[in-house]
Amino acid sequence: MALEQTDVEKIAQLAALKLNDSDLAETTTTLNNILKLIDRMQAVNTDGVEPLAHPLEATQRLRPDMVTEENHRDDYQKIAPAVSDGLYLVPKVIE
Amino acid sequence: MHQLTLSDISKALIAKEFSSVEITSYLLERIKQLDPQLNSFITVTEQLALEQAKAADERRAQGKYHELLGVPIAHKDLFCTQGIRTSCGSKMLDNFLAPYNATVVQKLINSGCVTLGKTNLDEFAMGSSNESSYYGAVKNPWDTTRVPGGSSGGSAVAVAARLVPATTGTDTGGSIRQPAALTGVTGIKPTYGRVSRWGMIAYASSLDQGGPIARTAEDCALLLQAMAGFDPKDSTCMSEAVPDYYADLDKKITGLKVGLPKEFFGAGLDPRIASLVDTAVKELEKLGAVIKEISLANMEQAIPAYYVIAPAEASSNLSRFDGARFGYRCENPKDLQDMYTRSRTEGFGAEVRRRIMVGTYALSAGYYDAYYLQAQKIRRLIKNDFMQAFNEVDVIFSPTTPNPAWKIGDKAGDPVAQYLEDVYTITANLAGLPALSMPIGFADGLPVGGQLLAPYFEEGRLLNIAHQYQQVTDWHRQVPTGF
Repeated sequence: MALEQTDVEKIAQLAALKLNDSDLAETTTTLNNILKLIDRMQAVNTDGVEPLAHPLEATQRLRPDMVTEENHRDDYQKIAPAVSDGLYLVPKVIE
Repeated sequence: MHQLTLSDISKALIAKEFSSVEITSYLLERIKQLDPQLNSFITVTEQLALEQAKAADERRAQGKYHELLGVPIAHKDLFCTQGIRTSCGSKMLDNFLAPYNATVVQKLINSGCVTLGKTNLDEFAMGSSNESSYYGAVKNPWDTTRVPGGSSGGSAVAVAARLVPATTGTDTGGSIRQPAALTGVTGIKPTYGRVSRWGMIAYASSLDQGGPIARTAEDCALLLQAMAGFDPKDSTCMSEAVPDYYADLDKKITGLKVGLPKEFFGAGLDPRIASLVDTAVKELEKLGAVIKEISLANMEQAIPAYYVIAPAEASSNLSRFDGARFGYRCENPKDLQDMYTRSRTEGFGAEVRRRIMVGTYALSAGYYDAYYLQAQKIRRLIKNDFMQAFNEVDVIFSPTTPNPAWKIGDKAGDPVAQYLEDVYTITANLAGLPALSMPIGFADGLPVGGQLLAPYFEEGRLLNIAHQYQQVTDWHRQVPTGF
């Protein structure tokens, strides 16, 4: 099924991306070409096939519930766009 | 000096023929002179390299020993390097000084490697031509009007042009093997979980795997030995012991059963490449290998499945780039949503935004079963094909790519055409298998690669076969004119 321009606008919004009106038509065409490639896979019968998440079927390891991380806040704040008193600054959210 | 391989340099340093400072200074000068026409480096870490080289020479003088002590290398600019810009080829991370070292980087530092710099790549490793980098396209030293492949294009070119003997790369759908093939060098993607992904900026977490790029299989063995192994910081890393890759290189391959998957030799394969693969197969036969035709029936479904799984995982992984804590933030955001949206739209390039949108769609409500779940089921079918094949043969041989390097710009406007170039490499990522690309000849002056695939954790077998092949051929010794 082909995407309409309104679908693409909705997808961009979900992905927190902005599309200019000039980009919209081209992006819609490109995404539809990619989906056409992907849709070839719908022809495969996968009844009864278990999905494969990890090639070696490994599951997440557990570890003792102990603190292993050190505090690196100062290092991390050095590379932040805006900080004050150890806090990350973002535009005002609540008026 | 620049014609020396990693192993040659290692031996020369041990024999004290020259010091680490000498080889490091020599290569730094060479990068300065030659890289402007190739664009293979994003950052050259001159000061750090000289400090590390000096420290390595001092350690050697104190009697310390490691094969890699004082050996210069470079890292794909996707591995976090503490205090050094780690851009991932993106405007989003142009100002990002990583606060820690990736496990791979730390292991190589511990071994004594000297870091010459960070190499160029497709933005966030998304691409097969290195044209999507924020820092500009990388040029192929065999013909600077052509692409070097991607995404580890800078890593492959730096090795091919003899700017550095070896580099690290990462491979999500062919990003080590495809550029290695297109530039005439050797690269190996290990088994998923063999090399730690900690500190490797994530693209598609269930497919990404780091590995070495070098001129010979012997050099890849040397570097992989230091990169591989369990890491508690990577929850998908495997705990299998790392064998001695170097010790097995000289084993004869008499009686080795090599499978040729018939699906890899169909329409779409450049006949010049088909013929070179044929010649390489004869070379393997001369070394004692037994050839058998096999089938990987679901191979055609690999690209569709990959272009669901990789973008889906990317859309999730790249949601962390929001302009709040690190990376690019847009000017004067009017509110929080505006900050997120404009930072991402301005910080990401076109291909990254495209893949995020494909992934967002594939994971959105109502489409998950049709796309992501179906793709994961196909992934099992592909794995099953391999498991069946490896009941019959020890290793699989194929072309690495369907075509040699194309002209810069030729496929830039057509992502689907570029996606199809990964047709032979993607299956190894979906199944998590180790795979290696090595030079097997030239098509009108452009390098061509042959791919070897082995069962899980049989990296040593791949390196052994490639090393044996490189003892009787000299494709890997060819040097692009001017380098």
